[in-house]
Amino acid sequence: MSKAPVEYLLHLADNAVVLGQRDAEWCGHGPILEEDLALANVSLDLIGQARLLYQLAAARMGNGATEDALAYFRDDKDFLNYTLVELPNHGALVGYAAADRDYATTIVRNFLYSALMVLVWDALQKSPDSDLAAIAAKSLKEARYHLHHAADWLVKFGDGTEESHARAQAALDHLFRYTEEFWTPSAVEDAAIASGAAVDVRTLRAAWDAIVADTLAEATLKRPEVRGYIPEGKHGRHSEHLSYLLGEMQGLARAHPGATW
Amino acid sequence: MNTPALKDWPLWEVFVRSKQGLEHKHCGSLHAADAAQALHMARDVYTRRQEGVSIWVVPSAAITASNPDDKGELFDPAADKIYRHPTFYEIPEEVGHM
Repeated sequence: MSKAPVEYLLHLADNAVVLGQRDAEWCGHGPILEEDLALANVSLDLIGQARLLYQLAAARMGNGATEDALAYFRDDKDFLNYTLVELPNHGALVGYAAADRDYATTIVRNFLYSALMVLVWDALQKSPDSDLAAIAAKSLKEARYHLHHAADWLVKFGDGTEESHARAQAALDHLFRYTEEFWTPSAVEDAAIASGAAVDVRTLRAAWDAIVADTLAEATLKRPEVRGYIPEGKHGRHSEHLSYLLGEMQGLARAHPGATW
Repeated sequence: MNTPALKDWPLWEVFVRSKQGLEHKHCGSLHAADAAQALHMARDVYTRRQEGVSIWVVPSAAITASNPDDKGELFDPAADKIYRHPTFYEIPEEVGHM
């Protein structure tokens, strides 16, 4: 019975927890009440996925490892998430603290990520690692909804007003290059593929391209040309934004280790 | 969370069916740009605690409602017609349970 390596579980969990944290920044600040709840739901789904994966990883690590220790007591260089998911909810070249959140950025990112994850979870639900397969089956339903939600908004923005179109295209131009990271396996992914329990993301590229092409066509948005730069978040080499995000996410747990309420 | 968009977005009434066989019940309303989005939002706003297995959304504008000022003429005349309730009648023994 092949089992997925712990680092691969962490890669999946870190993606989910970091994007969950980013989406949660909108909680109480959503553009409208209904959407505030919708995005909080997405965020809670992602944090739920991360918990299951951290729990599984902790159980396999032993030595007193816990889901909380994995989420709150690892540093940025230990996180194996895609750079895409750690970027702020606003465009490039904006001062970090003062910038207004941009909903198009949030929606485009959720779209690009969930378009990948519906394919990843679908493949992983057939994994011989039955614990991982069970998490994948649960997460797939959630990811399908996240994709639906993001694609729906992307079409409304792209095929909406002049301003909503321009902002959606700008977000796409900013974020699309970060998807290049999906397609070049890290050592962690190579080991996971070799274990037989993981999915080789490269095999999902054509299907991902098709989802993106369909939605962008409906949204009247242009797929940006990207080449050259390949982000390395999943290797533990992150943008400056992750440590700020972790500072906020981990601060309380580190100030009061072991606190319960 | 106040936004001019709400002025442009129609209001929808949401009906949720709790389980197979039960009827859809009105549970609230929300703003959405179109019917598909209203369904999505109804899912997120009204079924977060597993309340439903089916959702209907109806444009609030499509509902014709009675005027509260007409309450007297519409409903009060029924108040003294207790013979319209089945309990008004005595059922003969031989009819049995109805």
